[in-house]
Amino acid sequence: MILLKNATVVNADGMCETDVLIDGETISHVTPNIECFGAEIIDCEGKLVFPGFIDMHCHLRDPGQTHKEDMESGTRAALAGGYTTVCCMPNTTPPLDNPAMMNYIRTRSAALDNADVYPIGCITRGQKGAELCEYGRMKEAGAIAVSDDGLPVSNGAVMLNALKYAKTFGLTVLSHSEDKSISGTGVVNAGENATVCGLRGIPKAAESAGIARDVLLAEEAGARLHVCHVSTAESVDIIRQAKKRGASVTCETCPHYFAATDDEILSYNTNAKINPPLRASDDVDAIIEGIADGTIDVIATDHAPHGFDEKNKEFDYAPFGTVGLETAFSVAYTRLVLTDAIKPTDLCRLMSAAPANILGLTDRGRIEAGARADIVIVDPDAEYTVDARTFKSKGKNSLFDGWRLNGQITDVFVKGERKTL
Amino acid sequence: MKRKDILGIKDLSKSEVNEILSTANAMRETIDRNERSTVLRGRTVATLFYENSTRTRNSFESAAKNLGATTMSISVAASSVQKGESLVDTGKTLDALKTDVIIIRHSVAGSPRLLAENVKASVINAGDGMNEHPSQAFLDALTAQRKFGSLAGKKIVIVGDVKHSRVARSDVLLFGMLGANVTVCAPYTLLPQGIDSMGCDVDSDFDRAIEGADIVLPLRLQLERMDQAFFSSREEYSYYYGVTQKRLAACADDYIVMHPGPINRDAEITGEVADGDHSVIEEQVTNGVAVRMAMLQLLTANVGGEL
Repeated sequence: MILLKNATVVNADGMCETDVLIDGETISHVTPNIECFGAEIIDCEGKLVFPGFIDMHCHLRDPGQTHKEDMESGTRAALAGGYTTVCCMPNTTPPLDNPAMMNYIRTRSAALDNADVYPIGCITRGQKGAELCEYGRMKEAGAIAVSDDGLPVSNGAVMLNALKYAKTFGLTVLSHSEDKSISGTGVVNAGENATVCGLRGIPKAAESAGIARDVLLAEEAGARLHVCHVSTAESVDIIRQAKKRGASVTCETCPHYFAATDDEILSYNTNAKINPPLRASDDVDAIIEGIADGTIDVIATDHAPHGFDEKNKEFDYAPFGTVGLETAFSVAYTRLVLTDAIKPTDLCRLMSAAPANILGLTDRGRIEAGARADIVIVDPDAEYTVDARTFKSKGKNSLFDGWRLNGQITDVFVKGERKTL
Repeated sequence: MKRKDILGIKDLSKSEVNEILSTANAMRETIDRNERSTVLRGRTVATLFYENSTRTRNSFESAAKNLGATTMSISVAASSVQKGESLVDTGKTLDALKTDVIIIRHSVAGSPRLLAENVKASVINAGDGMNEHPSQAFLDALTAQRKFGSLAGKKIVIVGDVKHSRVARSDVLLFGMLGANVTVCAPYTLLPQGIDSMGCDVDSDFDRAIEGADIVLPLRLQLERMDQAFFSSREEYSYYYGVTQKRLAACADDYIVMHPGPINRDAEITGEVADGDHSVIEEQVTNGVAVRMAMLQLLTANVGGEL
């Protein structure tokens, strides 16, 4: 048994000073002044104790792209960032589009026993946008949701059927919504900075038009839709209106969309080449507003590791993405909580409670008696400089490399077991 | 000049710009006197072109030869680049061959900077994607200065495919620094978002934009853009945006017409205008060599101290 003394426990619905007793794989008591003979005591004075973070959106690159990341390095990176559960996107080689692949991810992650990993299955076979995958069988084999992340289903009729078929099996569609015909060959946000740098722009409407379509299709199908990595003011607005209509729509954003603008591309830094692209400051403001008013449900990482040489290339030839697992909490804490945009309880909602709820992981996402003992302890006063070279992830391609951040993960428990960070 | 590379106008200070232009003007006089210099004897200048070009490459090579340098021309089609060698590795190979200056042209914006960050040699940008083409802007400015003296208050109209043009971006920045009033003109499909932030006026009506202009600079019309729905036809384009003798009547008395070449006669400019009295297109070509000589000399004079 492990006893967390003098903890400031942060749940989505409130904070309290209390003790927390972990008994085996479960939290057995959350109450002040617990005395428990023989328990290992961890003094949490001055620390914040959150339910373990849940990342709905990361790329572990396993199988097939293990020079970028693999199950071991990816789950170690997750733990270092306070993530006890991660959901990996299916754009691996080959893609996670059948039950056997779900089984591989679940079995492999169980053997590693780091963070808990749930696979996200493809919407369509081979992410080709035509034939639906076996959602029922994939779910039985461990799939937590379906997504064709990165290669959005362009055919509206196929997307409509995917939403209906996913509803049949109680799966949520996680949609990277984008009208690729509008994005064209763009590499950065269309706007002043793209013009100054001479880089091809991706108009904001590529994202917002894609989201508008998918929201309307989900309403048509009466299905649940979760919109991935929202980055523009218009996208937030479309989702806000849909929620007002009562549509079953949720969405996420990522730390880079509220902490950075497309000024980062002025130096042609390929780690700032991300899809959707970093936007201008008015969009950043709208994202923060959407987080604060609850339109945005979740902060996900879109952790996208790449090899050094893959990113050390001409801007157009470098792949999209930044790593994020090991910095997400600190970036969110520094840029949202310390700026008073949100409270620590909101951060708990965004990084743990809401993802658990959306994904149907009913045993986690809060600290209370009976919940799975997935716990992260953070030191809110710690300040540090991000050094990507020290990452557990194989991907050192961090937009946040060199940033000064506050709030550091000190201890992580998965199913009651304290993990080495 | 205390810098290793010339990557774009946006990196340069006013005094660096003036140093390059005054050196280039002196170089132009040596060209007119048919003089040869040996200041770059023992130096190696390599041209590394990932995009086709005849005039810019030849201009840089003759500039290097005029100064006594050895030149090396890396032709992408025939090199190990075709075997998949990365830009960074190619740069390191050129370093190992003791290259002093690498002139690079690349279709991807920012590539000269990537190269410069990874090599010891000086790097000159000879055009990168839609970003910049600094030597072209300097030759345009030198040509205009040799005609008008100071460019302060002079009006230049850049008309055409501004969106895809690195020449337009470098010219907007450089002519702006020199005090000229710059207007860019094109249909909205060919105007990049936020170009006014670079310090120019924007107008989609060429007849209005050209009023009182001292310098008119049509950009080359890339006909393949028609297939990408940027404009409808060559005929409609030249009707509204072509530089014609009739339109030029609205200019200031002593106007000049420049063109970065190569020309599409009767698309963006009529043959009559290109060959006419106000055309300085051939002057631009000669000044191009002078500008590139100035760049090479200023960069190597600096690095020479460290050798």
